Amino acid sequence: MITAPTLVIATLVLGIGTFAYRMVGPLLRTKVTLSPRMENLMAVSAVVLLAALVATSALIDGHEFAGFARPAGMAIGGLLAWRRAPFVLIVVAAAATAAGLRLLGVP
Amino acid sequence: MCIADAIVGVSFGAITVSSGLPLWLPMLLSVFVFAGAAQFMFVGIIASGGNPIAAVVAGLLVNARHVPFGFAVGDLLGTGWKRMAGSHLMIDESVAFALGQPDRARRRAAYWSCGIGLFVCWNLGVVVGAFGGTAVHDTDVFGLDAAFPAVLLALLLPSLRDKATRRAALTGVLIALATATFLPAGLPVLLALVGVLTVIRRTSPADRETVAAS
Repeated sequence: MITAPTLVIATLVLGIGTFAYRMVGPLLRTKVTLSPRMENLMAVSAVVLLAALVATSALIDGHEFAGFARPAGMAIGGLLAWRRAPFVLIVVAAAATAAGLRLLGVP
Repeated sequence: MCIADAIVGVSFGAITVSSGLPLWLPMLLSVFVFAGAAQFMFVGIIASGGNPIAAVVAGLLVNARHVPFGFAVGDLLGTGWKRMAGSHLMIDESVAFALGQPDRARRRAAYWSCGIGLFVCWNLGVVVGAFGGTAVHDTDVFGLDAAFPAVLLALLLPSLRDKATRRAALTGVLIALATATFLPAGLPVLLALVGVLTVIRRTSPADRETVAAS
């Protein structure tokens, strides 16, 4: 088992590294002027990364297929979002769908 | 959205503690790192017996997306301490919510209100989940693992209305899914950036003319 001090240090390193990432854009954009085209590319990059994160976190667990319940829950949530349902309903419906399917024996 | 994220926070706290990690770990991560995906990744690796260095590296890989985020929303933050505080509030939700607004004033308002609100809700949710997790053994029974991708998808939908963005995202998703089965966690998501190339190719000569004309 990993000791508590190790976990604290690991958390702090991750926190400091993440903060450094977050400061790069706000600091550099005042010195480097980006063309509208570059700004559009950055916005698209962010959307692409998030979409990939959605897909992998819904479908993959470790290196394996995560089962049907989780992506089904996400799909119901997505459908409700598309129908402009409130966020609470989206997240509750997603969790309830996954939980319900597992109750019925779907992995 | 605040309540929705609080529920994801509850799921994070509960999943972390029910997998045998100390009660304070999800709370410390949520205050200092404040990035849901990296936190899930970090805890996932540690809980499955992985090396803490691997967990930090994977977390940093997942969080590398904050560099392009920073360029996309950097003009909404101001300067000095506001820029420092605003940077720490830079998360998927605040960025996606801000980018979905039609003009700069609304983008700024959306970024700050969303960032501050979610920092509070997320951390409260994590505290509740962490204590709840000491009582629950299998959080999958409650479908909590579906909450995080559902919230992110809901946030992304407005940005996906743009056809070129949608094509880039779809390409990225296919690349990430194809490589996720064999690459270490975190890398597939970064590789998805290859999908951005579809936009670059699209804005070559012919399109540039249309941009200049409009």
